[in-house]
Amino acid sequence: MTTPLTRATGPRPLATLRHSVVLARRSLAKTTRNPGPVVNGVITPALFMVLFLYLFGRPVAGSTAEYAQYLFPGILVMGAGLAGMVSTGTAINLDLRNGVTDRFRSLPISRTAPLLGSVLADVLRYLIAVVILFAIGTLLGFRVQGGAPAALGAAGLAILFGFCLSWLTVLIGVLVRSAEAVTAFSFIAFLPLQLGSSLTGPTDTLPGWLRAWADINPVTHVMDACRALLNGTPEAGSVGRALLWSAVLFATCCPLAVRAYGRQE
Amino acid sequence: MDDVGLEVDGLVRRFGRTTAVDGVSLAAHRGHVLGLLGPNGAGKTTVVRVLATLLRPDAGRVRVAGLDVLRDPAGVRRRIALSGQHTSVDEELTGRSNLVMIGRLLDLGRQDARRRAGELLSRFGLEEAADRPVATYSGGMRRRLDLAAGLVGRPEVLLLDEPSAGLDPAKRDQLWRTIRELAEDGVTVLLTTQYLEEADALADEITVVDHGRVIASGISADLKRQVGGHTVVLRPADVGDLDAAAAVVAQVTGREPGRSHRHELVAPVADDAEFFHIAARLRELDLDISEFAFRLPSLDEVFLHLTGATATDHAAEEAA
Repeated sequence: MTTPLTRATGPRPLATLRHSVVLARRSLAKTTRNPGPVVNGVITPALFMVLFLYLFGRPVAGSTAEYAQYLFPGILVMGAGLAGMVSTGTAINLDLRNGVTDRFRSLPISRTAPLLGSVLADVLRYLIAVVILFAIGTLLGFRVQGGAPAALGAAGLAILFGFCLSWLTVLIGVLVRSAEAVTAFSFIAFLPLQLGSSLTGPTDTLPGWLRAWADINPVTHVMDACRALLNGTPEAGSVGRALLWSAVLFATCCPLAVRAYGRQE
Repeated sequence: MDDVGLEVDGLVRRFGRTTAVDGVSLAAHRGHVLGLLGPNGAGKTTVVRVLATLLRPDAGRVRVAGLDVLRDPAGVRRRIALSGQHTSVDEELTGRSNLVMIGRLLDLGRQDARRRAGELLSRFGLEEAADRPVATYSGGMRRRLDLAAGLVGRPEVLLLDEPSAGLDPAKRDQLWRTIRELAEDGVTVLLTTQYLEEADALADEITVVDHGRVIASGISADLKRQVGGHTVVLRPADVGDLDAAAAVVAQVTGREPGRSHRHELVAPVADDAEFFHIAARLRELDLDISEFAFRLPSLDEVFLHLTGATATDHAAEEAA
């Protein structure tokens, strides 16, 4: 108990990353114990896919096979966004309530590390969700048209967007008072963001008021970009808009969340 | 190296319009245990959170292990550990993974972190439960793990916020032994407590706070002396002698003694001469005595004397 441990000092961006990885492992260890959020992140979009495919497939697109080509990319984006949508914000909120955060804050680690760790773990959860969804989509008749690069590009874009969306839930998790409120907020955000988009059909088929929202909804742009990639018709425009929206989400939510979290009351 | 483990000078901290801490000063020597004693809502937790760099002081100077909490919060965090009612380990992880994780966050290598976790688990008697999720632990086990989590980095200053709240007496004694051992190893300990007994048993020095202010400080014997008033407690062997004994006490002290339901006579005395005087008179009358004591007031009595209120009064105030 007498020999002091030597530890690094000074500004340590690498240390922040290392600590974030340690904390990401903590979050993933909890996922293996309680895989609910990931299961939810796969089952919910898969159910929507089955539902929409057989409800709208024939009347909207003429055949379910054709509609699967339209529908699946949007489902993929939904899956990537959903796996962490509730879990990260809720976990961070719980840490704040029950005193785990106090321990982290009293340790000599960057105050960004617990948040970044949680979001990094999300990225892995999205990856799992995306892989499973690709398998389900294939079973339901979806075929990738643009080859492996297109599939990887679409998956990457969906996960990148999920990463940026995670920061929004982190921000909610840091700001609101209880874990139940995080769930409520996230659910309220889920419907208009995921469904008020080009998920089920092009936005120009929507009534004016809904179209106005769907056209500015970032999720629409990410779904459009993934759809174009996966159907072998990549457009620089939609990919660019998707990246831009992701950047905007990240650039606003991440600093705000870090600030609110690191603030000494 | 200076000899001061922690030093708080004129600390003020407000929350909105409430002043939680209003000019508190306290200090603890390196390797000493300082007891911060006060009822609920006295500002103890706020002081601890400022020392732990979780709260910013509004005024005053706060130094921990020689470092200013505002100028070098990162340095302070490298030297302290916080444990107690508002700090926690992760319930879903096992005891071992909690400790290993903290070791890794303190930049120990994987091997070192595992070894350190193993050491602490065995030191706190948690080896058997080490690989179970903390959610399955009893309150006492959880408290021990929480303290172990604080010790992973071998802190110079240990901040314990009501560490024994909710522990049964045996578990509490075990915790007290550990705290004493740590102090012997040179760790400075600040301990907040509502229990006078705990402060009396552990602390080298005690600072009593109430309503955000220091109302007394010193070693426990000094505090007791501040209140003054030694007491004589006397219990005749035969209840029938109670009146005769009371007459003796009244004669010497000039005041009728109080009678407890245990057939004890309790009376304040001016000094030990009065005590011996009573003893001599009882001898002359040849009364059989089963208990006869000359004592300082208990810390509970000191506390009541100093705050002029009980913990229940404070609870009522908070509820209002």
